[in-house]
Amino acid sequence: MGSDTIFPLSAWEPPVNLNWCLTPITVLRRDLLLTLRRPAELMTTLFFFIIVVSLFPLGIGPQPELLREIAPGVLWVAALLASLLALPRLFAADHADGTLEQLALAPQPLSLIVFAKLVAHWLTTGLPLTLLAPLIALQFDLPASTIWVLVVSLALGTPILGAIGAVGAALTLGLRGGGVLTAVLVLPLYIPALIFGAGAVEATLGGLDAEGHLSLLAALTVFTLTFAPWAAAAAVRISLD
Amino acid sequence: MLEVSALAAARGDRVLFASLDFSVPAGGLLQVTGRNGTGKTTLLRVLARLARPEAGVARWKGTLVDELGDEYFADLCYLGHAPAIKDDLTARENLAISAGIAGVTVDAAAIDAALAEVGLIGREMLPGRVLSQGQRRRVALAQLYLGSRKLWLLDEPLAALDTEAADAFIARLGQHLHGGGVAVVATHHAIEPAAPATLHQLRLGSAR
Amino acid sequence: MAIHWFKYASPASFYGLAGRMIPWFAGAAVVTTLIGLYVGLVLAPTDFQQGDSYRIIYIHVPAAWMGMFTYLVMAGWAAAGVVFNTRLSGMMVQALAPTGAMFTFVALWTGAFWGRPTWGTYWVWDARLTSTLILFFLYIGYMALRASIDDPRRADRAGAVLTLVGVVNIPIIYFSVQWWNTLHQGASVRPGSSSMATVMLTGMLVMAVAAWMYTIAISLARVRSIIIEREQHSAWVGELLASEGHDAVAGTSRGAMGSNQQGTR
Repeated sequence: MGSDTIFPLSAWEPPVNLNWCLTPITVLRRDLLLTLRRPAELMTTLFFFIIVVSLFPLGIGPQPELLREIAPGVLWVAALLASLLALPRLFAADHADGTLEQLALAPQPLSLIVFAKLVAHWLTTGLPLTLLAPLIALQFDLPASTIWVLVVSLALGTPILGAIGAVGAALTLGLRGGGVLTAVLVLPLYIPALIFGAGAVEATLGGLDAEGHLSLLAALTVFTLTFAPWAAAAAVRISLD
Repeated sequence: MLEVSALAAARGDRVLFASLDFSVPAGGLLQVTGRNGTGKTTLLRVLARLARPEAGVARWKGTLVDELGDEYFADLCYLGHAPAIKDDLTARENLAISAGIAGVTVDAAAIDAALAEVGLIGREMLPGRVLSQGQRRRVALAQLYLGSRKLWLLDEPLAALDTEAADAFIARLGQHLHGGGVAVVATHHAIEPAAPATLHQLRLGSAR
Repeated sequence: MAIHWFKYASPASFYGLAGRMIPWFAGAAVVTTLIGLYVGLVLAPTDFQQGDSYRIIYIHVPAAWMGMFTYLVMAGWAAAGVVFNTRLSGMMVQALAPTGAMFTFVALWTGAFWGRPTWGTYWVWDARLTSTLILFFLYIGYMALRASIDDPRRADRAGAVLTLVGVVNIPIIYFSVQWWNTLHQGASVRPGSSSMATVMLTGMLVMAVAAWMYTIAISLARVRSIIIEREQHSAWVGELLASEGHDAVAGTSRGAMGSNQQGTR
């Protein structure tokens, strides 16, 4: 099977003084391994991103100037929707098979475990979206300098989408109509990330400096990653009760 | 070791149990029985701090469970209805991950030993999706044998197990109790181990 | 003093207190509304730029303030619920949300009616209008979450987390929308805010007080219904209903746990 090479058991033993991070590291590696074993879910998210972006020229018309103008917003909104669709992957399966209970019972802070899950989630959602975006941006005839800003803005912004989304996903665990409900809870909170992210690309497109936007976006990323895991952990406990 | 006083829990509007008092000493086994819907699972979830009680407190080694925090979780192993087995991972990986999540440091040999104990050796490389219900339950039980957690909270641990596996589990439960462990088990099966220190019975729903 | 406060944090004692307070706040709401409308519609002069259409500010501005402020009050109750674990807190958040959403909606609606004669269009992507729209979404989110959770205690706690996450985000949302708006230089027309006659300001402030009084009265009335509904199986509600001549709701749990002992767990 070769699973020992992917997930070597001998490498499980962490340094003694790092014992507190055994659970988060286990969770991070497990989530990555699960995505690796079933890559279709990741691919579906990416194709969704591509399809949504491709719909806009068909709906609006193929004029290059118009497409270039709407590209930052379209790419960002599509990335936002793709992240939204990926949110159930965070907790739903673990909730259904009982793993989430075991995570809540781990002798480490649940917020730290949620943070580990967010890192794994970003590596399998936000990062692929970020890397795919330049390719899609070519459809919209974006200049190279703008594409670079687009990549940076998505790299900074997608962690926010995952972290805020985690709170919504955790609150709606096991509820009827969970997916749509998550969208209603989470989308209004995505607005600042959208404004700064798409704004950075637009500013570059208009010949302005994107640094202000990107700094604000980075500040928002740090802020969100500090507090959202904590709120999401509280939400997980509420949903398990 | 485990003391509970004036514990009450409700599901929605319905009170499941109220003013529940009991204590289980080291080496003690508490068997929880009762009709369906009388709160056996809720009691275990309250003891595991997954559910909030309406009233009352639990103490572990004389300290309030709420104050112990992670120290309590380090002593605790809870097995619920769902065995927490991933379809895409092998039995071996599932067990290694369960241990990692619980903060128990193990090596490959210990994993294989635990799998051998639940009779899954030779099947350790099978993915979760081809395991039967009973085999999944065995993988879940195997994590009890890793590390040295003192308090076992088990919800229907014998569900889907065959007689042989059930007997093996009961024998292992006896060892755990002899070693000074504590177990609270919700089941209707006879689980009296060979020479129990103390077997306590708690029947929920009889008060009403 | 703390003990005194916690006494009223129990739904049973708050039920009575709320009942005694409602007539006062309802009365104050009626009186201030009449005064405010008189000042606004009769005493205040016609605006030399906008004519009489500006008079919608006597509804629009207080509604916008109230919509904003109600969310902060909800967040305050939610925080109290998280810290003290009082049952009343979640009920208060639940009771406030529809009124806050209503005022936010009124602010948007009257804003559109005001915009038509002033800007020549019902909707502009003005920073304040956009922020108010997002605030309305936040209210909808809270109510949608509550509506899909059956267990009221879980709904309380989940709602509290959502409200707190929302209130932390509100300044960020407002700032980002402001930033977005200045960059896009859309409609930056701000009607009649620079120099306002004292009498106009007075009318608006009186109407703001009226909105306050109305919100307090209506949410107290709503929280009373919520308390009765949630505590229908408890002993005190049984006695209350019996004393009012209704049949007590028979419940298996009746009297098993008084609500008082749980109030401040």
